[in-house]
Amino acid sequence: MPGLDRKDTRFFILIVAATLLMPFILQPFPEGSGMAQFNAGYPDLMQRFVIFGIFAMGFNILFGLTGYLSFGHAAFLGVGSYATVWMYKLLGFNVVPGLILAVICSAIFAVVIGYVSLRRSGIYFSILTLAFAEMSYRLAYSVLTPITNGETGLQVYSNDPQVLMGPGSPESTHFFGLEMASSYVMQIGGWAFTFNFGFYFAAAIFIAMFYLTMRIFRSPFGMMLRAVKSNQQRMNYTGLNSRPYTLAAFVISGSYAGLAGGLLAAMDPLAGAERMFWTESGAVVLMTILGGAGTLLGPVLGAGFIKYFENIFSKINDNVLHGWFAWMPDGLEDFMVAIIHPFVGKGWHLTLGLLFMAVVIFLPGGLVEGGQRVARIFRRRDKKAPEGSPEEQAAEQRNPGPAE
Amino acid sequence: MGILEVKGVNKRFGGLQALGDVNLSVEENTVHAIIGPNGAGKSTLLNCLVGKLIPDTGSVMFAGQSVLGRKPHEINQMGISRVFQTPEIFADLTVLENVMIPCFAKRDGSFRMHAIESVGSEKEILEMAEQMLADVNMLEKRDMHSGSLSRGDKRRLEMAMCLVQQPRLLLLDEPTAGMARADTNNTIDLLKEINQKRDITMCIIEHDMHVVFSLAQRITVLAQGTPLVEDTPDKIKGHPKVREAYLGEAA
Repeated sequence: MPGLDRKDTRFFILIVAATLLMPFILQPFPEGSGMAQFNAGYPDLMQRFVIFGIFAMGFNILFGLTGYLSFGHAAFLGVGSYATVWMYKLLGFNVVPGLILAVICSAIFAVVIGYVSLRRSGIYFSILTLAFAEMSYRLAYSVLTPITNGETGLQVYSNDPQVLMGPGSPESTHFFGLEMASSYVMQIGGWAFTFNFGFYFAAAIFIAMFYLTMRIFRSPFGMMLRAVKSNQQRMNYTGLNSRPYTLAAFVISGSYAGLAGGLLAAMDPLAGAERMFWTESGAVVLMTILGGAGTLLGPVLGAGFIKYFENIFSKINDNVLHGWFAWMPDGLEDFMVAIIHPFVGKGWHLTLGLLFMAVVIFLPGGLVEGGQRVARIFRRRDKKAPEGSPEEQAAEQRNPGPAE
Repeated sequence: MGILEVKGVNKRFGGLQALGDVNLSVEENTVHAIIGPNGAGKSTLLNCLVGKLIPDTGSVMFAGQSVLGRKPHEINQMGISRVFQTPEIFADLTVLENVMIPCFAKRDGSFRMHAIESVGSEKEILEMAEQMLADVNMLEKRDMHSGSLSRGDKRRLEMAMCLVQQPRLLLLDEPTAGMARADTNNTIDLLKEINQKRDITMCIIEHDMHVVFSLAQRITVLAQGTPLVEDTPDKIKGHPKVREAYLGEAA
């Protein structure tokens, strides 16, 4: 690939393959089997994996590289969604103008928020971004009702202008006629694999964004961002102005979030204020840290993990649990169900919380570090590999070392 | 007319007169040492030169331009580099990256959005950084995580980061503080070489008399925020006022 060395090209090809094969990879269990509920290969969830992957990847450019922890990134997600739905209302259901406007609006919004918030660093920066996101949420919810349609959320009505809609245009979101909702189901034996156009559309954008992120990570600009995180004082005394670098990182990261928000609206033509709520901002922080801040793959993994929990674990209710433990004696069955009950279904947050704590305590580099440790154990069996500290490994992950 | 001209600088912190009417002139291509007992205002003076502090009154001219009111990165772009008392490096980055960053700053100025180019394709920057590392005998450590270097190596790396920018004036804040004698001597040799080979003017703040007398061509003695004397090392050694203020108790 242009601009990537051989190691990175291999890594990138792996990512492309994994993304495109997701309908297979996430559907390991045959239909109707007891494990089928752990399948994640349905369009809605796969779309979320890649869209939130983009969101977390963008957040990581800010947090992972510069160390500035924004607690208001959901605001950009919301702006992106609103912008896209407005394009549906005014022009028609083609997603392209909407996505373009989503990126532009969120970038402008990020310039404003970033310009003010980046005057402070550390916890004060986090608080400022949180305050901005909360204001945006409240505004979207009440004051700006003419633009956001308040509580109901923004949606397309039959009396909207939609000037580009012809008589034959699809009545749902589409990309030059290809409808996001159209799917093809392939039956192989007991398995059903769903190929959804919406997913592949989002996946193509995800792959493009992953490539862009990789280029940013390997660029002198990416190096400067890591320098900001490492030692801002030294940076200033080296003749570099850290402010425009952080602002650029903030705007890039806000645009990624806006694009993700636009894609959410591309899959489902709705935009609501709850998309800007602070829990959504918190979720992207969790995704990034869980997966491994500052690494390329980590935030994507984290996003996938959290969305999987949110959608799969939350569906395991008491009936399902009773089904699992039906083979046990009655008393024991009820006991097992009672023990597991708080961790699944509506209690999936509890499992996620414990997992998050375990990762932060035992794997400060996130899931990526976990993977690297496992890989190192295997490598050491092959040959006595020189041991490096986790930081070195993480650094190696971030930079293509000339070694190897 | 020196390359650095400090005239009538005053700085107060509340009731404390940190600097009182400081005049200083550093000649081009010399090593100028500023010595003085603790609390004499040496570091405050240095901070006034690099834009960290702004003096209450007075002027600081570098190569004919005032540095007052400029930000640290602007002052660096004018050609002043600074070595800190405790080495300030990019501890999360590799040794090579640490040296590449100042190269970028020198070539591209204080900000450039080079987000799509790859670091690997910046051949001239890589060469410049590697040459610099070779000059300070650190080339074999280029891929090391700079946070895990020894203190002496961190200092050497910081020096390399400043030198690679070919500054016109290098400010050093106690470059040998906390070093073993052998390391100190190495540093002295390195600094001597820098001064002679690269024609870089240096201004050193130092406690260690051994360092000061082996390097400096001129010495300013600061006491309680005011320069006591400014002269050659030989004259300073025997100066009664200096003995009284400083050497008397230190020697």
